[in-house]
Formats: sequence, structure tokens, C-alpha cells
Amino acid sequence: MYSGEGLMFPFDYLRPQSVAEAVAAHDGEERRYLAGGQSLLAALKLRLAQPTALIDVARLPELSGIEAEPGRLVVGAGTTHAALAECREIAALARLAGSIGDLQVRNMGTLGGALANADPAGDHAAGVLGLGADIHTDRRIIAADDFFLGMFETALEPGELIVSVSYPRPRRAGYAKVRNPASGYPVAGVFVAETDDGVRVAVTGAAACPFRLTQFEMALAGDFSVAALEGLGVPAGELSRDLHASAEYRAALIPVLARRALGQGGEG
Amino acid sequence: MRVAFTLNGRNVEAETEPRILLVTLLREAFGLTGTHVGCDTGQCGACTVHLDGRAVKSCMVLAAQADGRSVLTIEGVAAKGENGGESLHPLQTAFRDHHALQCGFCTPGMVMSGLDLAAHLDSPDETAIRHGLDGNLCRCTGYRPIVEAIAQCIREKG
Repeated sequence: MYSGEGLMFPFDYLRPQSVAEAVAAHDGEERRYLAGGQSLLAALKLRLAQPTALIDVARLPELSGIEAEPGRLVVGAGTTHAALAECREIAALARLAGSIGDLQVRNMGTLGGALANADPAGDHAAGVLGLGADIHTDRRIIAADDFFLGMFETALEPGELIVSVSYPRPRRAGYAKVRNPASGYPVAGVFVAETDDGVRVAVTGAAACPFRLTQFEMALAGDFSVAALEGLGVPAGELSRDLHASAEYRAALIPVLARRALGQGGEG
Repeated sequence: MRVAFTLNGRNVEAETEPRILLVTLLREAFGLTGTHVGCDTGQCGACTVHLDGRAVKSCMVLAAQADGRSVLTIEGVAAKGENGGESLHPLQTAFRDHHALQCGFCTPGMVMSGLDLAAHLDSPDETAIRHGLDGNLCRCTGYRPIVEAIAQCIREKG
């Protein structure tokens, strides 16, 4: 009856009313959670996946809302990038969220969906890893350092659902990236933060999954300034090479982006 | 499956199936062909509508995701007059004043994104407007008159 019928493989659509119902509805393998759908629907149109059912979690009350707590900001997994961009609690995080994709993607796409999808060039990966956030799921808390395992691969078990992300408030933080002009995804992006637990520097877009730059972190621990990065570089060896950029170009970008991110670091 | 939502201020219902996109439902079940399908890959923004007041690409939203929510398309933007006539929204007037369209294919999406920007930007800052139009492609105008039309609309809201 509709002309779009041939596009995606057929699937069932479920909209549970609670996290418990959603998790119970997930069979672990053939079903997928649907949040904003800005990556998942694109994949389904390309027939890269064939779930038997989509479990729509975007409107679950337990996944909504942003709570400012002392020392932390707890963001519901269903929070859109646009809503996070409008929340001024952590300025660098708001800027990061406001730089994702485009207006319409930010209005629909969610924090939890982006993290679960774990695109190697995901912006939120840099924020989560750079701030050392905790990812709260329906069954446990996963530290950002343990979350990203590889390209589109996370520590989430089959059927495990992200409920919220708890970010420590940084003293200073910044995020800088070079966007691919066609896709909007970062060719490389660097998040720099000084938190109560020390300095963290996280890179996205440059390898199979986001990673930290411990050499940069050590240099900045004593002196959180551009000058402290003098002479520091990144070896091209492990970095991605694709039609957008060579590994060498990404290696050259990372110290530049770290300096730019530091340059914004006046605001928490 | 059945979906029920508010469409341009009216309560509507339609029979659909889970994989049907919102844009397909709008065009084929309701005949609202002002929402265009350009790329069908989430790049061009010609299919932009408002979902609960925010601009989204209706080719990247399932019809099922709109169930219980509010959808505004380009057909619902102009104000309805008492005798059945319509008067253009100030942003549509600004598009006309600035010649912000040529072939017109991208225009419905541009207006829907422009409405979101006009509602949420505090000042007619060109950089912010251009950033906000990242998800809408135009192949005719070079964007300048579109940016000016949205800026005018923001200035007028004061």
C-alpha cells in the first residue's frame, strides 16, 4: 500500500513503558533497541541489519531528564543532543553536543543511542572518555575506560540498556575537532579535561575506537596549558587510514586539536 | 499497526506498518506532498517536519515513532483566515522578500528548519544560522538569501 515498503526488511515495532519491560522484550540477539534512530534507520535502509523487532526506548521516563548533582551531571540516555546542547551545566559538553551532525539529527538523536552504536567517529565517545564518565545500565555501572572495545563494539551485553550517563564536573574542559564536510563526523576530535581526579585527554575519529593520550595527560597534569604540549606528538602507526584522511594526517591533527581544546578550557 | 497523532493541529489516525517512514505516511496516507523526498539518506533535509516542535528529517523517522506526538508540516505553517483563506507565516513572507528560493525543492525543509532556528536563536547571528542549516541542502540559491530571510524573521520577533 505504501511505496516505501521495499526499502527496509520488515520488523515488528514495540514500545514498552518501562526499562524492565524493554529489557524483558529484548531477546538478546534478533531484536534491537531504537532510540532516536539517526544511525540505526540509516543502517536498516541499507539492509546492513535485519532485526526481527525494534524496541522503541526513546520515550521511557527512566531515560529522560538531566539532573545537576553536586560534582556531577547525570544525563538520561534518552536525552537528545539538542537538549544536552541547551544545558549549560558543563559548557564543553554542551558545545560538543551542539556540534554533532546537524540540527535535525541533534533534535532526534540521543546520548544513549550514540554510545551504544559506538561509531568510531562518535563525538559523545570523546566527552564520555575525556571526562571519565560512568555509564549506568539496567544492570550495572560501566566506567568509560572499560566501555569502548572496538569499532561499533562496546562492553554492553546483548539486551543491556543504557539508562543514564554520570559525568564528573570538570574544573576546565574543551573539545575541538575537524569535521568531514560531507558527513559531519569528526576526522579527528580531542576532548581535554581537568577534573578532581586528574587530567584526561581523549581522542575520537582517529582509530577503531576512542582512546586516551596518557603522554599528553602527564604533560598537562603539571601545567594545564598549551605550552606543556610543546614537542609532543602522536605516532601514526595505529591510527585509521581511509578515503577521508591518512593516518599521518590524523597524527598531525591530534596535537593541533588538543591545543585548540585547551584554548577553550576556561569554562567548566 | 495503527498510529494516531496530531497533524497540523488535527487529530489523525492511519493504518501503517512498522517499517514505513513518517515521510511516506505524510505523503501517501495524508496527501501532504509539500514534504519532499530528496535523498532518502538523511543528508538533504528536504523532508524536514516538526516533531513535538523540533525540526527532524521525516525520512529518518518511522511513522510509528510519531504515534502520540505532534507533527507539523509545511502545509500547517500558514495561518488560517476566517473565510478559509491563508496568510503566510512571517518566515514565508521573509523567504519571498529575500528571493530565498529558486526551484523550490528544498524550500519546505528550509522553512521548517528556519522555524526551529527562529524559535530557538536569540539573535540573528549569521554563523549560528548557517550552522543551523547544516542539514539542509540547496542547489540554487547559494544559501545567502535563505540566511537573510531567517535573520529577518528573528529580528522581527524582537
